[in-house]
Amino acid sequence: MSSAATGYKASATLPLRAEIRRQATRRRTHLALGFMVLLPLIILLAFEFGGGDDDDNGGGGAFGSLVDLATSGGLNFALFSIFVSAGFLLIVVVALFCGDTVASEANWGSLRYLLAIPVPRARLLGVKLVVALAYSLTALLTLTTTALLVGTLRYGWHPLGSTVAAEIPAGEGVLRLLAIVGYLAVTLLGVAGLAFLLSVLTDAALGAVGGAVLLWILSSILDQITALGSLRDFLPTHFNDAWLGLLSTPMQTDDVVKGAISAVCYATLFWSFAFYRFTRKDVTS
Amino acid sequence: MRALKLRRSVPRPTRRRVIAGTLILVLVAALVTWAVLPERRSWTASDQRVTVLSGPSGTDPVTLDTRFYLPKDRDGKVPAVLLAHGFGGTKNSVSDDAESLADRGYAVLTWTARGFGNSGDQIHLDSPDYEVKDAQRLLDWLAARPEIRKDTTGDPRVGVVGGSYGGALALLLAGQDPRVDAIVPLITWNDLGTAFFPQSAGVADPGVFKKSWAGLFFGNASAPESSRTGSLLPPQAEAATGKGDPACGRFAADVCAAYLNMATTGTPDDSTTELLRRSSPATVLDKIKAPTLLIQGAVDTLFPLSEADANARGIAKTGTPVRVAWFTGGHDGGEGPQTDQDRTKFLTAQWLDHYVKGEGEKPPTSFTYSRVAGFSALDRGLVTNGYSDPAYPGLGGTGRTEVGVSGPAQPIANPPNGNPGGLSSLPGVGGQVSSLLGRFAGDLPGQHATFDSSPVTEAIEVVGAPTVRLRAASPTGTATVFVKLFDVDPNGTATLSGGLIAPVRLTNLPPDIAAAVPITVTLPAMVRRIDTGHTVRVVVAASDQAFLTPADPTVYTVAVEPAVTLPTVVGSPIANPQVVWRWVLLGVLGAIILGLVVVLVARRRRDAPPVEEFADTPLVVRELRKAYDDGFVAVERVDFRVERGQVVGLLGPNGAGKTTTLRVLMGLTMPTSGDALVFGRPLVPGAPILSRVGALVEGPGFLPHLSGYENLRAYWQATGRPIEEARFEEALDIAGLGDSVHRRTKNYSHGMRQRLAIAQAMLGLPELLVLDEPTDGLDPPQIAEMRRVLRRYATDGRAVLVSSHLLAEVEQTCTHAVVVNKGRIVASGLVDDIVGESPSVQLSVSDVTAATTVLEGMNVRSVQADGASDLIVDMNGTPREEVVASLVRAGIGVDRVVPRRRLEDAFLALVGDNSRGSGDR
Repeated sequence: MSSAATGYKASATLPLRAEIRRQATRRRTHLALGFMVLLPLIILLAFEFGGGDDDDNGGGGAFGSLVDLATSGGLNFALFSIFVSAGFLLIVVVALFCGDTVASEANWGSLRYLLAIPVPRARLLGVKLVVALAYSLTALLTLTTTALLVGTLRYGWHPLGSTVAAEIPAGEGVLRLLAIVGYLAVTLLGVAGLAFLLSVLTDAALGAVGGAVLLWILSSILDQITALGSLRDFLPTHFNDAWLGLLSTPMQTDDVVKGAISAVCYATLFWSFAFYRFTRKDVTS
Repeated sequence: MRALKLRRSVPRPTRRRVIAGTLILVLVAALVTWAVLPERRSWTASDQRVTVLSGPSGTDPVTLDTRFYLPKDRDGKVPAVLLAHGFGGTKNSVSDDAESLADRGYAVLTWTARGFGNSGDQIHLDSPDYEVKDAQRLLDWLAARPEIRKDTTGDPRVGVVGGSYGGALALLLAGQDPRVDAIVPLITWNDLGTAFFPQSAGVADPGVFKKSWAGLFFGNASAPESSRTGSLLPPQAEAATGKGDPACGRFAADVCAAYLNMATTGTPDDSTTELLRRSSPATVLDKIKAPTLLIQGAVDTLFPLSEADANARGIAKTGTPVRVAWFTGGHDGGEGPQTDQDRTKFLTAQWLDHYVKGEGEKPPTSFTYSRVAGFSALDRGLVTNGYSDPAYPGLGGTGRTEVGVSGPAQPIANPPNGNPGGLSSLPGVGGQVSSLLGRFAGDLPGQHATFDSSPVTEAIEVVGAPTVRLRAASPTGTATVFVKLFDVDPNGTATLSGGLIAPVRLTNLPPDIAAAVPITVTLPAMVRRIDTGHTVRVVVAASDQAFLTPADPTVYTVAVEPAVTLPTVVGSPIANPQVVWRWVLLGVLGAIILGLVVVLVARRRRDAPPVEEFADTPLVVRELRKAYDDGFVAVERVDFRVERGQVVGLLGPNGAGKTTTLRVLMGLTMPTSGDALVFGRPLVPGAPILSRVGALVEGPGFLPHLSGYENLRAYWQATGRPIEEARFEEALDIAGLGDSVHRRTKNYSHGMRQRLAIAQAMLGLPELLVLDEPTDGLDPPQIAEMRRVLRRYATDGRAVLVSSHLLAEVEQTCTHAVVVNKGRIVASGLVDDIVGESPSVQLSVSDVTAATTVLEGMNVRSVQADGASDLIVDMNGTPREEVVASLVRAGIGVDRVVPRRRLEDAFLALVGDNSRGSGDR
């Protein structure tokens, strides 16, 4: 005989669609996803009205020419959009989705009512995490698709060009773009893990999101200090740019693989700790 | 007070904190120790100045600055390696290599060659009479050491390793002294004459003087001490202290004279030719019996791959084992990418281990090379892929592809004195990415002719020296031109592989191009993949800044025959050790999945066994105690029960422990000891029995962006229970929000939220309802309504637990009450019992003293003054009217007679005097 109320099943509590709807109705979700659509349009407008004076932007080294190539076709435009957002914007968006999800419930006081339903704590975290990751992926794909669409409409369907290798035919270029998006998604798991952990540890949603972004920036800064030597390999952001290797022919996947290992390990570490902590702590908010 | 504050500011040392702190301390200590501890070396090194007898007569003493590395851990005698440095270096420039060889169990002898650093005498340019003889004497020195393994007396077991200047020494020494057992010459020359006067056309005329390299070679400009392949410049200090002619620095007179001769005229005279020849391994190749591993760089405009090719062919002719390896580096390209460094290091160790130490399989003589695959996205360095082919194919490749180039015969102008001149390489800069790609190569308009192919239809793996057939005409009958081969991508970017060009000096040319005969020009060997869609461009230029060109302006006419021959090798890729990371990634993912499965299986929760005795009791709290991490005890000990049909009030001042108790009842907080049973099942976080409890604790919690109605829906959706169980209508009735239920909750008043929260708690009509201060924020009619609702709710076998700090609240709502204070139960029972009349009354009288006297004369238990005009009297059964009558009779005015109730007594006695909460204890 079950001790629970009629119709109650622990595995049926907080169904995925319920959590998706909880998040879908929030304004920050609309804003984040909307901006993913807006950004390629803004970039496009900037290119259209930006004028032609081309001051030498050699910052990116051999890959700096991604900027020059941005208007050479839809694929390159999408690549450029990803290139400019990978460093910060996507970090913030992922941190927002993953860092806000538990902390905001705690902040509103609704977390304790979910737990009193009862939604088992591990299940609550699991569902929240899956949905937050799904929204993050949606944002990434929205950005890519919009940029590809807008870029193709404006600049046409051309091979993917880069200065590090031969032009890549459009068909294969799409696959490369997908591979790049896939790798970005994997590296963003690191920041997703950190933001989620902070979200569990604090009741302040802003603290979780901002904290994750800050720590990520700190890691990026440390990564610039070459004096740290091989210690840098252990920074979670060290391999963030490895996706550029996917543009060369043949693709350089060594750093991509290492980056994936790093991201997966960090994410697992953060999430494990988040689950460990949340399933044991006293929820006081 | 101060001591107390101080103690509070330091966190209490709980067990968890102590463990965590200790762990961190141990970790930090371990890291610091690891960082501070000196590296344990597996060898000892001793510096000595060794004086050897050398020179043509073998009797001239020269003092050499040496360092001898000896492995510490050696059983018996060890083989030796003689490690020579590059031009301009000292024994210190090879210390890294020496240390790694010593780590592998070799005794390593490094020394500063004569004319450099702290060694004596002058530079004789690897002369067999000087530098080579010095090295022979060092072999003698090694043979005299007791630690060194010997083949026979006076013949040490020794390999010779060196780069550039040291590489040529290795070859020359092996040709001059049969005691050498194996050699590994890196990036070195075969013939200094062809290296400095390259001639790429198959004609006998002397080549074009490579002035920039020669200048660097000779010059005494300042430069830091170099690494293995680095700069060839002697340090300024030595140059400055050099004796004799300031034009010659530390060069010996004959070497100096030879340089001045060739730099002045651009063609070597006989004695110069003789001197360059003397210093060239080409003369001794047939005498080399020591197995030879030749490592040459593909990005080397000083000693290109053709030098190693000549060495390999010459040595192999006599049957001596030779192995050739190319890497993407050299005098221009530096040490090359890490993968190349790893490969050449491995090949060297393998070669020495077999032929010197006598360990390991015989190394194959397969040919290995590497090709640039692109940039590393992370450190902006180059990435190369390694390939191997079973045998060394020479510069002609294992196959060949012809590409047709076209273009009319074009006139090109030779600038006077070579100025302005084209640019193809930057000698001496070394290791620059740009020079590896040769993208900055520039040809000047009017000075070059271009011949382009159509896009290639299939990628060509060029490995070796391409050839073109050139026709040239010159009004003077002679022409000096430079032939280059570019790989042009579809965007028009032309790349000159390694910055390598083919200088050609032709004589006896006709003035008219129509009469010119085609001459085969062999371009520098390269490793490059020309991708599909790229074109091949042959450029013939009249000038190049790296070479000495004729001083007089002339206009040549050049044409290139259509067929360009590209040698190809399709090598098998060498497994990249980085591939192992893919398996690591798979392993990590596998481990994570496994760990997840284990955790899920281990955590599968079984319902805790019910306590049958209480299976029908909505709530039993037994000896509940909760102490927080910081040591604060919120609940000392609480026991009470809630039976079906009861509305139980949990009464106590703020901080009495009510909320903590309720938190435990919601599974939010774990009790330190004791338990709470709902229908006999212990309450733990996530216990399914919680689904039969509805709760409002610590105020409402709603999603602010949803309306009240949507919030209830979202809540019910989260329970996963069927919608018809929810009883929305009843709940909404109770909330009584009317149309406001469709407004966003963020705009609700406190009371509205409170009512919505109570409605939420009642969704699904749970059998136990737990409400924390339910009337908070409600106005009086609503409070009255709520009381009715709660009393009604407790019928049908349901039960309600209400917490409040207001006595009246509990008194009017509840059937039973539990009074808590400071974490303990002070009273409990039926409210009627508790609230029932107490034996005492409160009297307000006009004269307290007189009244007390009167009262003490009556049959009462006690009389207590309470304020200026009040008395508390325990009547002991005496009727109130009798007391009042007695007082009035005594002339004392009675203003008020208030009967007191037990609950109030208890509550005030325990709580009233001290309204501070238990939190202030």
